[in-house]
Order: sequence, then C-alpha cells, then structure tokens
Amino acid sequence: MNSLETDLQWLPRVPQDFSSRLKAIANLDVEPMGRELQALAQYALDVNQLTKLAKIIGKARTGRKSLKPLVPFRLAVLSNSTIDMIVPALVATAARHGVDLEIIQPSYDQVAQEALTPDSTVNRSKPDAVMFALDYRALPLKLSLGDHAGSSATVQGAIGYLQALRQGIKTNCNAVCIFQTFVPPVERLFGSLDRALPGTLRNLIDRINSELVQFVLREGDVLLDVAGIAESVGAAQWHDPVLWNMAKFPFSDQLIPLYADHVARIVAAIRGKSRKVLILDLDNTVWGGVIGDDGLEGINVAQGDARGEAHLALQRMALDLRQRGIVLAVSSKNTDSVAREPFEKHPEMLLKLDHIAVFQANWNDKATNIQAIAEELSLGLDAMVFVDDNPVERGLVRSLLPQVAVPELPEDPAYYARTVAAAGYFDAVAFATEDLQRAGFYQDNAKRANLQKQVGGVDAYLASLDMTITFQPFDATGRARIVQLINKSNQYNLTTRRYTDPEISVLENDPSVFTLQVRLADIFGDNGMISVVICIPGEPGVWQIDTWLMSCRVLGRKVEHMVLREILRNARAAGIDKLVGVYRPTEKNKLVVDHYAKLGFTKIDEVESGVTRWAFSAQDAEPDAAPMKVVVQGLPERERTFA
Amino acid sequence: MDEPQIYQRLSTIFQDVFDEDDIQVTPELSAKDVDGWDSLTHIRLILTVEKAFGIKFSTSEIGKLENVGGLVALIKSRA
Repeated sequence: MNSLETDLQWLPRVPQDFSSRLKAIANLDVEPMGRELQALAQYALDVNQLTKLAKIIGKARTGRKSLKPLVPFRLAVLSNSTIDMIVPALVATAARHGVDLEIIQPSYDQVAQEALTPDSTVNRSKPDAVMFALDYRALPLKLSLGDHAGSSATVQGAIGYLQALRQGIKTNCNAVCIFQTFVPPVERLFGSLDRALPGTLRNLIDRINSELVQFVLREGDVLLDVAGIAESVGAAQWHDPVLWNMAKFPFSDQLIPLYADHVARIVAAIRGKSRKVLILDLDNTVWGGVIGDDGLEGINVAQGDARGEAHLALQRMALDLRQRGIVLAVSSKNTDSVAREPFEKHPEMLLKLDHIAVFQANWNDKATNIQAIAEELSLGLDAMVFVDDNPVERGLVRSLLPQVAVPELPEDPAYYARTVAAAGYFDAVAFATEDLQRAGFYQDNAKRANLQKQVGGVDAYLASLDMTITFQPFDATGRARIVQLINKSNQYNLTTRRYTDPEISVLENDPSVFTLQVRLADIFGDNGMISVVICIPGEPGVWQIDTWLMSCRVLGRKVEHMVLREILRNARAAGIDKLVGVYRPTEKNKLVVDHYAKLGFTKIDEVESGVTRWAFSAQDAEPDAAPMKVVVQGLPERERTFA
Repeated sequence: MDEPQIYQRLSTIFQDVFDEDDIQVTPELSAKDVDGWDSLTHIRLILTVEKAFGIKFSTSEIGKLENVGGLVALIKSRA
C-alpha cells in the first residue's frame, strides 16, 4: 500500500484533542469561523473526522454564520455511483484549501437528465462548476475485439456522450465543467495484449481518456486526472469490488480523503488560490549536512552519492517548478556569506543564486523571514510553501503563520521531492504562457527596486524604465490570463469579483460592456498582462467600473493613471460622460482604499461597512500622462487631444 | 482480545461514526435504536471497524449483521 498518498503524509497527523477542539468551535459561537475551521482541516483527517467537520460547516451555513475568509464555491456533482460518503469529505477538505464549498448533489445516477434538462436541480441551482464524477461503468462500452472500426465507433460514442453532457450544462447554466479521466478495471482479458488490441476494455478506456483530455484542453474545461491518482496508488487499490457490489461506491473508501484533496485543489485553483512561492531551507534540505559545520567539501550534494542525489532531486523539482512560474526563495539560519557559498562555488549545485528571488539567510526566526519574503514579493502568506527538514522550524512556522503551507517530511531525504509534489500545492487548472516568465518577473522587480534606490526622483526612475503600455479589449488569446488575474489578484483589486472562464467569454462578446487587458514592458523585460478592467453600462451615459485590478508587480509605476486615461478616451468615444467606481473592502485590499481619490474621483457615498462609491465626470481633470509609450490594439483610434 | 476490550474499542468507534458521545454499545443495540444509523452510515461503521481491527468482512457477512452482538462475534472469530 502506497501510504504517502493514501495517508496524505504531507499533512500533520491528527491531534488527540481533534474532536474536542471541533466541538469547542461549534459551541464557541465565534464569527467568522473560517480560520478556525481551516486550521482543523489542516490535519490528515479520515472519513469519519471529515464527516464531523463537514457537519459543523453545514450547521454554520444553515445558521447563516459567516465562514470568512473561506471563499464560497458551489459545485454540482453528477455521478453514476454512490457519492454520499464522498460529499462530506469534499466539504471538509475544501476548508483545508480555503474554500467554503457547497455541494449540489442530485439524485443517484441522473447524469444525463440533470445535464440536459433546462430546469433540472443542477441547472436551476446555477452552480459555479459541474463535476462529472463518472467512472467507466457510466459509459456505453461494448467489447469489439480486434475490430478497428467498431472500437473507434465505441470511443466516439463515449466522447459524444460526454460532449453532449457538456453542451447541456453550457446551454442551461454555463458553469465551468470538470471532467474526470477514467480508471480502467484491473481485470484483463488477454493480459498485456489488452492495451494494444483494439476493442478491449483497457484499449477503449485508454483511447477515451486520450480524446477526453484533448477536448478538455481545447474547450478550456477543467480536468481531474482520476486515472492519474489511481495510477499513483495502484488500480487494484482504487477499485474495490465489495464496495461497488454492495453500495456502488466508485472506489475504495480508504482513498476518499485523497480524492477529496485532489478535488479541493482543483476548486481552489479555479478560485486562484494555488500557491505561488516555494521557500526552501538549506542545511539538510537543499543539501545534506550543515554548511556552517561541514564546509563546502563536507556537504552532500553530488551525483553518485545517494544522499546527495536525494537532495539534488529536490533541487531539480524546484528548478522545474520555477520553469513553470513558481517563485523560489530561501530561508536559512546561517550567516549570509556562508549560506551563499555552495550556490556560488559548489560545481554540482543545480540551484544557483540567479534562481532565487529572495535569499534570507540570517539568525532571525523563520516566521519573521518568511514574512519578509512575502513582503518583498508583494504576495500573501497564503501563496507560500515552506520546506524544511527540521520539525521544530515546521512547527514554529505552522503556529505563527498558519496561512503558510508546511509539508511534513519523511526521515529519508530520498522522499522529499515526492512528498512535496504529492501535496499538490501548485496544482493549476490552466497554463498561460506568461506563467513561464513569472518567476523572472519577480526577480526583475528586485532589480527595479535596487535601481529605484540609485536614481533620484520617482519620475526620473520611471522614465529610465523605458516602459511601453499596451491596451486591448478582452479576447480569446488573453482569456486564460484574464481569468487567472481576476481569480487571484487580492491586493490591488477594487471589488474582488471573481469570474470563471465562461463568464468572461460572455463579457468579451457583449458590445455594451467595455473591457481592457493591459500589458507592460520595460527595460528589464516583458511584464505580460498586469491589469484588467471591466466597465458595464449603468444609467444612461454612465459606466460602472465593475472590476479594476492590477498586478502588484507594477505598483508605483503610474499604470493606473494611464489606465484611467484609456478608459476615459473610450468612454468619450461611446458617448459616456460619467464613470462610477466602487471600492469593496476585503481583508487584503486596503492598498486601494484611496485608489479613486488619488485618481481624482469624487466620493459619492459610503454604503455599508466601508463600501465606498466614487464618480468621475467629463469635466474632472484627467491625470497627467506618465512617461511611457502607449500602444492601442483592437480599440477605437487614438485621439491626439483630450477634451 | 476479549469481549470487554472489543466493546470498549467499539464504543469509541460508535462515538466517532455517529458523532454522539453518550452512545451505549450493548449486544442488543441495532440500527433502529440509533439516530442516523442508515444504510450508508452502516457501511461507514463497518469500514471503520475493519480498519480499527485490521480485518476484512465478506459481502455476505456484512449483509447478515443484525446487531452489535453479531458484530462482536464476527470480530472475535477473526481475531
């Protein structure tokens, strides 16, 4: 039995007092209770414990208690099997990932009816996403041994069925669709030949999976690779014939916590809550041994040395993550120059100083250092993962900074890389080419900050950056990144409204809606898309600024001034003479409380609990242009002068 | 493992599964006596017992169970 995955070994073990702590929360009547629930969900809970936690969450929801800061998400689950024991596990596990998950569960085995009927339970409930939790027994599969044409027809039939379900959901409630790959049964007919011979169950399911992932990618749907999960734990472990026969359980009860964690990761990723930074300890984590004691020659980090290769595997994984856009940082209790030595001088180190965005080697406690890293990167603590071999450091960071993910590590460093990977902290639902450059952006920012220290005034500094700002309306090419920004920008975000890919597609095609995607390049490179604006029609002659967000990477560059100028230019062209903007406070967006005031808007009123409304009229003074070149694509021609 | 030990461990399991602290586990106790002991919770109970005692029941054994006494007898026969 593969216990790393099935026991969720990257999570801390459940403490003895779990049940009493859970009861305490339920009875304490604290509000909001999100943080406490999330803290209890951090442990490797079994199905019974998850069920209890879900019960408390359910009660809180019925009692209309606030579950903040958990982010609400409504997920409909369509299945051909019994998921009643899985549903509470999903709800509780979602809290671990910062999501307040509500499950819409129609009657057993009503997949097609629910998807295709416009006023079905699922379609009427307008979920954020629909998950097709189907297993191979839901598909019309008939053996057609050695028959190329017949087996292809079967594969196309199954794919057609899935596409019809998708079409039903898209037409009737336009939710995000989540598809699962299918786990082939363990029982073989010809043995190894099953995989090759057309028309065996194995062959059919392999081909269906391969076609399914292509259409998911093409349509921008979301994939849950259940076949991949089953592969990791073993298909024989996955399929449980007793439970299927007795109660139509789709897979072994022992794998429910693991499955639920994978679903919760996907949902969290849809909401932009995947982690973005990997913070590494050095001694006995990045290399074997203690650099301060063992010296450059004494540490284990060489090929051919089993211990060294274990640590190199972790370095390799960090580098691969960096390549897909994850930012790397170091937090080590060391003298700075000593800690840097292996990076500079050890020939077999894969990680170089160039790869590390923030390098914190000092004698402060690690919580302080991690906070410093978060500040330097302008990212929240909930974007951080901290990997350290030392259980004391792990415990300290967990207790002082519960938002930081800190995986438990096994004794043997050979399993470090696998454990961090199994935790799925960086799981994503889409990949934008800009992700590839992200780690570099943050590093360039550190350079820019240095440059800022050197040059005199801010304007001189901005001019020295040689910036080019590009404005475009939303389009299909930019959509993945637009959705990503909308779902993960927390700080420079006026309204924090989250939209899914299909919702953005609707806005993109609505001629009454004005949308803007903004890119910025400078001497250090291309920052990619850094700002998104959505204006919707209000009263006649008025645009409501529904969404205005910006990446914190370009703070202090007067980008927002240039964006306002561009909005005004388009507003005039559309006969609009007034903009109305709203600031909706959250835990994280204090940064922009004065955004509209600074841009010359006038406060209309303060509605409730800090929500403020602002207006900008045609006669108000538009902000001065900042020193940057402006490129406009796909929008009305630029005017030379402004009214 | 003798009967009192089995009953003691079952008490903890029942409390956990039914989320009910003052549940009295007696040989006569059966589904009709406990709120929330439906077919699904029954399966969760059996699976928890299997895991706690490190045993597996067969499909027909699970189907034949009528009360806690029967469950204890089954556990004893396997221990």
